[in-house]
Amino acid sequence: MANHLRHHLEADLWEIDIIDERTEHHYQPGYLFLPFDIYTPEDIIKPIKDFIPRGVNLINDSIDRVMPAENYVQMVNGDRLRYDLLIVATGAKIAPEEIEGMKGEAWQKSVFDFYTFDGALALRNKLREWEGGKLVVHITEMPIKCPVAPLEFAFLADSYFKDKKMRDKVEITYVTPMSGAFTKPKATAALEHLLDEKHIKIESDFAIERVDNEQKMIVDYGGREIPFDLLVTVPTNKGDEVMARSGMGDDLNYVPTNKATLQSKNWENVFVIGDATNIAASKAGSVAHFEAEILTENILHYIKGEPMKDEFDGHANCFIETGGGKALLIDFNYTHEPVEGTFPFPGIGPLRLLKESRMNHMGKLAFRWVYWNMLLKGVHIPFVSSNMSEAGKHYD
Amino acid sequence: MDKQIAGVTVQVNEEGYMTNFSEWNQQIGTELAKEANIDMTPRHWEVITYLQTEFRNDVPLSIRKIGKSGVVDIKEFYALFPNAPLKTSSKIAGIPKPASCI
Repeated sequence: MANHLRHHLEADLWEIDIIDERTEHHYQPGYLFLPFDIYTPEDIIKPIKDFIPRGVNLINDSIDRVMPAENYVQMVNGDRLRYDLLIVATGAKIAPEEIEGMKGEAWQKSVFDFYTFDGALALRNKLREWEGGKLVVHITEMPIKCPVAPLEFAFLADSYFKDKKMRDKVEITYVTPMSGAFTKPKATAALEHLLDEKHIKIESDFAIERVDNEQKMIVDYGGREIPFDLLVTVPTNKGDEVMARSGMGDDLNYVPTNKATLQSKNWENVFVIGDATNIAASKAGSVAHFEAEILTENILHYIKGEPMKDEFDGHANCFIETGGGKALLIDFNYTHEPVEGTFPFPGIGPLRLLKESRMNHMGKLAFRWVYWNMLLKGVHIPFVSSNMSEAGKHYD
Repeated sequence: MDKQIAGVTVQVNEEGYMTNFSEWNQQIGTELAKEANIDMTPRHWEVITYLQTEFRNDVPLSIRKIGKSGVVDIKEFYALFPNAPLKTSSKIAGIPKPASCI
């Protein structure tokens, strides 16, 4: 956003500050590959300052709270930063403490997450020496960042143990609170077929109540028990605590946001992007990217006092690693579920939607380069529009 | 598609969720509950009424939110509507399948 806006706003009229308490930027999609020794920590971490555009200040400090009615940000160090316009991009984080026993004595011993750098690294070390048993891949509750990542984890685990010649020693179970592998029917059918092919058992409609550290099992509110030797869970995801402290979040700390304009529902000079919003779009990086193009236009309209565009359609575009050097690709929005077809060129591809291919896998790996070199810099990805295109997709 | 229930015709989707809430009445709710092997009690209806109120106010529903509603805790919610309580109760209430999962 800073890149886009610095390009459009006059330097003598607008000062742009980015507040970030971290000094490193993480390529979060890389966390998926870290446990399997596909990526190294160096692949996914870079200094934030390398990505700050000229003419933009980076303030490396922590926020105490935002005072949206008074238009300033209160810093922990006592500074007050006044703003005319605020973009909230505080993201989502895991909250394992929401579930009884999840962050208990077995945490990072036999219960792991891979949505944090520490969690993914601890899991890598565990997998390197694990001798097999019951592997349970689990989603606590929706919504989560990158809803396909736990599925990819299960697929990659299948591949990883095959490569280590120990697949027969590992029983993989995929446990989800949803009624199937995914929420949309066509993708669910395709993904469940793949789970079946890879001998991964699915347990659906599982609303976890607690993790039993002693007996090593997860228990749901209906009393269903699933035993594990190694539990890889995606804990509850919540917006940042700073949104709760600021009184800007809902019960999961997500900021109520207009789903088409990305303006805050409560403060007209506050805009929200990415996982920080409460909109019913996927909490995926691609969504934030598509949102950025529309949000830039809307902020420019807002500044000029013009009506905003009700344009964001919930577009998401996700590669799904399926193991063995292949991947699927899905492209969807608020109203159109993922279907088969070709992407980005109708009838040509080269990427295929909802079908496994090596080309899709190459696309996923190439994406890391695209992320560091194009997305963070606000460069438009050629041939991929902010709003989803229906061309080349096989709807009924 | 059309569905005959409790002596009337209502609109449902392919998963059996009613698509026009204004067509709902308590007899239909009772019949839909029977299809899910549930005998409705006053306690069941309290929960259903709460879900319908939230739906009318455009509040998206989730198990978490219902657990914190003060109307019913999650344990009892499961006891009343076993297996997949939010989906089952939404179907009985004549409201859409909860869209909390993206």
